[in-house]
Amino acid sequence: MSTPILEVRNVTMTFGGLTAVDDVSFNMAEGEILGLIGPNGAGKTTLFNVINGVYKPTRGNVVFRGRDITGLPPYDVVRLGLARTHQIVKPLNEMTVLENVVVGACFGAENLGLEPAQYVAEEVLEFTGLLQMKDELAGKLNIALKKRLEVARALAANPRLLLLDEVLAGLNPSEVAKMLDVIRSIRDRGISILMIEHIMQAIMSLSDRIVVLNFGQKLAEGTPDEVANDPQVIEAYLGDPEMAKRILEEEEA
Amino acid sequence: MKFLKSPFFWIVIAVSLLYAVYPKLGNNITLRETLVLSAIYVILATNLNLMIGYTGYVNFGSIVFFGLGGYLTLWLIGGYGWNLYAAVLFAGVVTSLLTLALGFGILRLRGAYFALATIGVNEAVKDFVSNFDKWGGSEGIFLPFSTYKSMGGAVHALWTVYFLIIGVMALSLLLSWFIKRSKFGLGLFAIREDEDAAIVLGVKAPVYKAIAYSVSAFLPAVAGGLYFFKNGSIVPEEAFNLHLSIESIVMVMLGGQGTVTGPWVGAFLYERLRGLLLTTPSLSNFHLVIAGVLLLLIILFAPGGLMGWLYKRWARVRGVLE
Amino acid sequence: MLQIFSSVMDGLLIGLVYGLAAIGLTLIFGVMDVVNLAHGSIIALGMFFLYLFFGAGLHPYLSLVPVAILGFFFGVIVYLIAVKRIISGPPLMSLLSTFSVSMIIIGIGTALWSTSPYNINFKVETYNILGYTVTSARLIAAVAAVLVTFGLYFFLYRTVLGKAVRAVANNREAAELMGIPSQQILAISFGIGTMLAMLSGALIATLFPFTILSGGVYELKSFVASVLGGLGNPTGALLGGIILGLIEGSVAPFIQISWTNVIEFVIFVLILLFFPTGLFGGRK
Ligand SMILES: Nc1ncnc2c1ncn2[C@@H]1O[C@H](COP(=O)(O)OP(=O)(O)OP(=O)(O)O)[C@@H](O)[C@H]1O
Ligand SMILES: [Mg+2]
Repeated sequence: MSTPILEVRNVTMTFGGLTAVDDVSFNMAEGEILGLIGPNGAGKTTLFNVINGVYKPTRGNVVFRGRDITGLPPYDVVRLGLARTHQIVKPLNEMTVLENVVVGACFGAENLGLEPAQYVAEEVLEFTGLLQMKDELAGKLNIALKKRLEVARALAANPRLLLLDEVLAGLNPSEVAKMLDVIRSIRDRGISILMIEHIMQAIMSLSDRIVVLNFGQKLAEGTPDEVANDPQVIEAYLGDPEMAKRILEEEEA
Repeated sequence: MKFLKSPFFWIVIAVSLLYAVYPKLGNNITLRETLVLSAIYVILATNLNLMIGYTGYVNFGSIVFFGLGGYLTLWLIGGYGWNLYAAVLFAGVVTSLLTLALGFGILRLRGAYFALATIGVNEAVKDFVSNFDKWGGSEGIFLPFSTYKSMGGAVHALWTVYFLIIGVMALSLLLSWFIKRSKFGLGLFAIREDEDAAIVLGVKAPVYKAIAYSVSAFLPAVAGGLYFFKNGSIVPEEAFNLHLSIESIVMVMLGGQGTVTGPWVGAFLYERLRGLLLTTPSLSNFHLVIAGVLLLLIILFAPGGLMGWLYKRWARVRGVLE
Repeated sequence: MLQIFSSVMDGLLIGLVYGLAAIGLTLIFGVMDVVNLAHGSIIALGMFFLYLFFGAGLHPYLSLVPVAILGFFFGVIVYLIAVKRIISGPPLMSLLSTFSVSMIIIGIGTALWSTSPYNINFKVETYNILGYTVTSARLIAAVAAVLVTFGLYFFLYRTVLGKAVRAVANNREAAELMGIPSQQILAISFGIGTMLAMLSGALIATLFPFTILSGGVYELKSFVASVLGGLGNPTGALLGGIILGLIEGSVAPFIQISWTNVIEFVIFVLILLFFPTGLFGGRK
């Protein structure tokens, strides 16, 4: 078996007295789409922050393509080919959509100069369907487009592994469908994807495997079917009224 | 040499040549002194803009570069007989390096905390120099008249220094312009918009910020050396005048932060306005009030400054005046 | 020994007045994240307001009352004109708008009073306690500073309005959701901060000669004191002021007075770097 693209080994992250991520381990194979689910506050975003170096874990290691990247700052991590999006979007407001993506291309894995970055950015904008608004200021976009801009910027870094944090949240059904198309075509380019998502239907259909977090701990891991039928997982979700409501809503839709 | 095709490059060259030649032709000393001040303002504002406008860090104590450059220069010339060129270059490099080291420390602070720290640094340096006997304490440093002999006499030396200052002004503008169109500049703008996002996108923010800070110190330090050499003396109150620091911010805001032309135009207009207010007897008592009201109006109603306003009205201006 | 004791006592007394000035600065920062660069000019204005009332025949200590009232309304007006509009903008905006207020105050002050020194001439007793000589003016200034600080704490912790101020300081949006009119609270807080600055200026005027430019020194001292105590923390600012006074007092016998500024600013920058929330913990 080839080296996993990502190994999370016994990662623990505490904030003061609060343990946001508690001894979590899992591996991810090259080319895989791995879903990361769990109730609100389960520690999913915190785990992302540990993986890409925003936080240094209290304990444990993150290994990317065989290399230990624990504690490496985010700007070095992205150089190695690991890019991410933010759950709470962070557009560079006063810069155009194109400039935003050029930043991603310039400072990503390829360390491109301005001119080649321009080409890459236009290509990525085309791919994500943002090309028409490349000269708009990023701050002026609506939320759906800002989410797509997050993806485009991360993609422009030419990553081997992409972390997507709730890129579907807050989108209407047709926007969700568009985003799903984008995600599928990213996978078809051979990029591995680790994605956090609350929309069950979407994550179940997209993911090869799923990891479930609850209160910072790994509750279950397996194929979508295995996870969906795991009694512990069901309990964790039913124990979360908000999530139960969301699942119901989806069922109605 | 693509920049040779850009109109902006030639505008800078042409204006600088005009600055240099015009007073010399008429041998107009008064005009020269006015233009020196104008050029110094442009240098201070343009380099300050690298921090405020490009990187988004509000440096309230930028005048410390100017003062330190002045002191180092006069000390080397007066005490060790260095020639002017070597002294100002050395002063610029030393000031830049000190700033780089300082930057790795204080640029960890954000927002108002950074602004306060820069005020603290300027005041600490000023008070230190006021007590530092090697640099003449609060009396400062005087250059003996004989210093100018080696430069062909005082009259000739003053013209030479004038041309050098205009040269530094042109360099400041070109530097600002090159940075704005470079990958380095793109990284700085990303930091300005959202530092955390920039870091995740791959911008090595701690290094970028420190370099920007250090670069923004170099030409003001050189200018300080030239300016105080021209004056023949330097005292702490004048060298580290916090007020001039803040006036530089006003110039940047007046013209439009983050643009290349803005601080240039802002500095020019500010100098004109200040001159007008100071020389009109009925207004001179109120020059501070008028400047204050003007600043307040800009902040409240036109935070993009002059260039922001121009860009809004005529988008095409952006192509020529960056 | 006695000399050292005297210096320390002098430092402590003046430190309380610095502390009062610093509380004015830190309160405004704590409530609305605005570093008030008009602070120094407002202190100077306090000095001159005292001078005016004193000139009109009022005793200096009685004059503190109208100075406080004027200070409050002055602050509210400054808030409404110069701060309200940009309160949610980047920090540069509020720094510059308050600085422009300072330019306007100093400009008008210079036109009215020039930049030459003034002083308040009134009868001051001198006491000798165990060999330590102290003037009544110093004692009263320190006591007044302490009383005003107590008053502020009573207001913040015991009155409805004061609690609203703390709620807004804590989280403006949450306070608004609870029905607290945050704009009014912000204006009132700015008024109170301004009032404290003016009072400290007025007290300083009873001790030393002053000019319209004198505020600058005390503004810088207020920065140092409030950063020492943790920006946004009033108790910290008072302690910071005392520390500052003590440093000045205790080094005075050993080195030239002019070096104390260097020491203060070096401490200031070091604190910002290594304890950005101050020695006693900031607001956050
Ligand atoms: N910087 C931080 N400091 C302190 N606590 C934090 C920090 N970041 C996250 N937490 C806490 O860690 C826990 C996990 O938060 P996290 O954002 O990782 O959850 P999540 O699974 O992403 O939730 P959601 O589905 O709502 O996005 C929460 O209790 C949160 O309050
Ligand atoms: Mg999350």
